[in-house]
Amino acid sequence: MTALLIRDVKLGLRAGGGALIGILFYLAVAAVTPFAMGPDLNLLAKIGPAILWIGALLASLLGLERLFQIDREDGSLDLMVLNRHIMPLSFAVFIKCVAHWITTGLPLVIVTPLLGLLLNMDGKAIGATALTLLIGTPAVTFIGAVGAAIAVSLPRGGLLVSVVILPFVIPVLIFGVMATFGAVVDGAPFKAPMLLLAALTLFFAVLGPFAAGYALKNAGD
Amino acid sequence: MQLIAENLAADRGDTRIFEGVSFSLRAGEGMTITGPNGAGKSTLMRVLAGFLPPSAGSVKISGGHLAEHSHYLGPNNGMKPNLSVKENLRFWQDYYGGGGRTPLEALEEVGLGHVLDVPFSDLSTGQKRRVAIARLFVSPRYIWLLDEPTTGLDNSSEHMFTRLIVRHLRTGGLVIAATHLSLGVDAMKNLRFAEPNK
Repeated sequence: MTALLIRDVKLGLRAGGGALIGILFYLAVAAVTPFAMGPDLNLLAKIGPAILWIGALLASLLGLERLFQIDREDGSLDLMVLNRHIMPLSFAVFIKCVAHWITTGLPLVIVTPLLGLLLNMDGKAIGATALTLLIGTPAVTFIGAVGAAIAVSLPRGGLLVSVVILPFVIPVLIFGVMATFGAVVDGAPFKAPMLLLAALTLFFAVLGPFAAGYALKNAGD
Repeated sequence: MQLIAENLAADRGDTRIFEGVSFSLRAGEGMTITGPNGAGKSTLMRVLAGFLPPSAGSVKISGGHLAEHSHYLGPNNGMKPNLSVKENLRFWQDYYGGGGRTPLEALEEVGLGHVLDVPFSDLSTGQKRRVAIARLFVSPRYIWLLDEPTTGLDNSSEHMFTRLIVRHLRTGGLVIAATHLSLGVDAMKNLRFAEPNK
């Protein structure tokens, strides 16, 4: 159990793991936006959290299709299916998702304060964005696991995975941004969207691995 | 301990790959599966390993599920190129529930004790295959399901692998291998697939 987590984190951090690609994409979104919006600093500060959320969401989708595809190509997936009596596939998927989030989602949260400065956000807004991303991005990974499992046998399934899971991650985006504004703007609700965001993550932490495990078990040609 | 396959059939999509396959093996017995390309050897191995549900028939062992007692050595090695040989073997040992030889001992079985700390990607094709064979020893399972196990092996490595199979059979193991090559093991049964598409 911990062996799978440690191995996948190691693989994610070593060269070719793709952890850096997400950060660079996130940086690109945050760095380009001010040029598109023009020199209105107030506007930038106001829409900053939404921009960061969009950037982090799209960055989380990058590389998702490789989540199980690599294991399928090198034969590891077969051995995981073989040993499902020791570790049920849905549990293995859960662990792989956690490892994937640690190597791709968590770095996005960590660089958020830096990118917040680029968007003229104040400390409170930056903190709120980082907090909501911390709670919300795991949901994107768990939902993405289902798409990755369904598209595991497709050679170039990257875009398909993003399109398939996009409708399901939109609620995460809505409540994430809503909770962030709730923390910054007086009178806007904070507690309700924050709890719903946490509920989405918990809900998909159960449903996502279960569905993905089922899809993988039946992907054995 | 006995493995019994009765009247197995398998489909891929709408195509019937094979049907009416029956055999039984006892502990200490081996079987090779031969036949032309596309006859269904690998499909049968995947059915036996439980990756593909049979369209008809059943495969059973006395005392448990087949997959729980099986090693599967497929066409791919199941190793991560970015990790060292030791890390790879240690990982599978853990995943299989442990209990076998240490990675170093397993590598010495296949004559590769010196590559323990080498990244898997730095090995040659034949060496990679031998590391995959070493996986059979890091956790003890008495049924070996081998799909083209000798791909990429040179002559002496093939002989070494044959010796390992003989030893496994003598110690009460059970081996089913889909291979074109004669493994040179006496007392192996043979299941021959006919030319496909009648």
